Amino acid sequence: MLNIIWLLLLASGIIVAALNGNIEVVSQAALGAAKDAVEVCFNLIGIMALWLGIMKIAEKGGLIQILAFLLNPLLKRLFPSIPSGHPAMGAIVLNLSANMLGLGNAATPFGMKAMQEMQKLNGDRDEASTAMCTFLALNTSCITLIPATIIGIRVSYGSADPTEIVGACIFATSCATVVAVSLDWLLRNLYRPGRKN
Amino acid sequence: MLLAMLDTVSRWAIPFLLLTIPIYGFLKRLPVYETFVEGAEEGFYTAVKIIPFLVGMLVAISVFRASGAMDYAIQAIMPLMQKLGAPAEVMPLAMMRPLSGSGALGLATELIKIYGPDSLIGRMASVMQGTTDTTFFVLTVYFGSVGIKRYRYALLTGLSADITGLIASIYVCNLLFH
Repeated sequence: MLNIIWLLLLASGIIVAALNGNIEVVSQAALGAAKDAVEVCFNLIGIMALWLGIMKIAEKGGLIQILAFLLNPLLKRLFPSIPSGHPAMGAIVLNLSANMLGLGNAATPFGMKAMQEMQKLNGDRDEASTAMCTFLALNTSCITLIPATIIGIRVSYGSADPTEIVGACIFATSCATVVAVSLDWLLRNLYRPGRKN
Repeated sequence: MLLAMLDTVSRWAIPFLLLTIPIYGFLKRLPVYETFVEGAEEGFYTAVKIIPFLVGMLVAISVFRASGAMDYAIQAIMPLMQKLGAPAEVMPLAMMRPLSGSGALGLATELIKIYGPDSLIGRMASVMQGTTDTTFFVLTVYFGSVGIKRYRYALLTGLSADITGLIASIYVCNLLFH
């Protein structure tokens, strides 16, 4: 599926640019984006190093396992393939909590850690495990209690009530979470491993 | 009241973690600084590992956007979205949201600036921006960091969640703010 979407985005862009007679836009956009991608990753290095360092202390001290243990009753329903008290569970909890608080910078490194732990359980294959799919379904649809960036923009353009949208955001994102988790459950049970998508 | 509390929590969360985790490690008799450095080392490799995945994805999205192909896609789904109660002005934002975080933020800011934060369009843009996540970016970065190339059904789930979030945003804004 990803292969098709990737090709579709790229090919439709180039064809449209060619038909509209502004093909030079393509090279500009492609080279610019390639450069931007590296910049995004380099900007991540410092934040990643900071949080993965802190995570290592929490992990070696057993704090992550305690967190995983406390939330096990809920998590084992969502992630039946991860053993109870596994460090992956702790990292998942940290990532989702950081997401909810709108701490995007801390959420990404916690998420990477969760993915690494799940990849160990996955036997280092290049295909996603069911736990990873569930985790990303939760992650991309996750509730943000404080959408800080957009509230800031509303403030700067003189909104009478900048935070009035928070209730609406929580409603909309809850709908998204319900759909994501249900669909994930359904597809997990329908999916046959080994098929390429 | 609740919001002020949440705001306080999110402002204190990072300093709290940076203080309590090292103290906890110290009490557990860990060499805290050395352990920190050991973990931090992974940060570099993880970030670098994402580069090829992100280059591939951002190039495709950028070409799609800059060439004007995205505008045609928006035109194509416009009638359907208008039936759901979305003003034409918010359509580019709805389309951009799952593809590019910075692109969507730029469009949302533009809409708030032009129509005002307290207009229906301004509020709808705010809710859309505050609701869904940049699915393509998240999947690319998270899967890329562990070298996963086949996503199985994860993209389908993520995009379905985005579409649900968008439709719910349109619905709830029309209900509350019309």
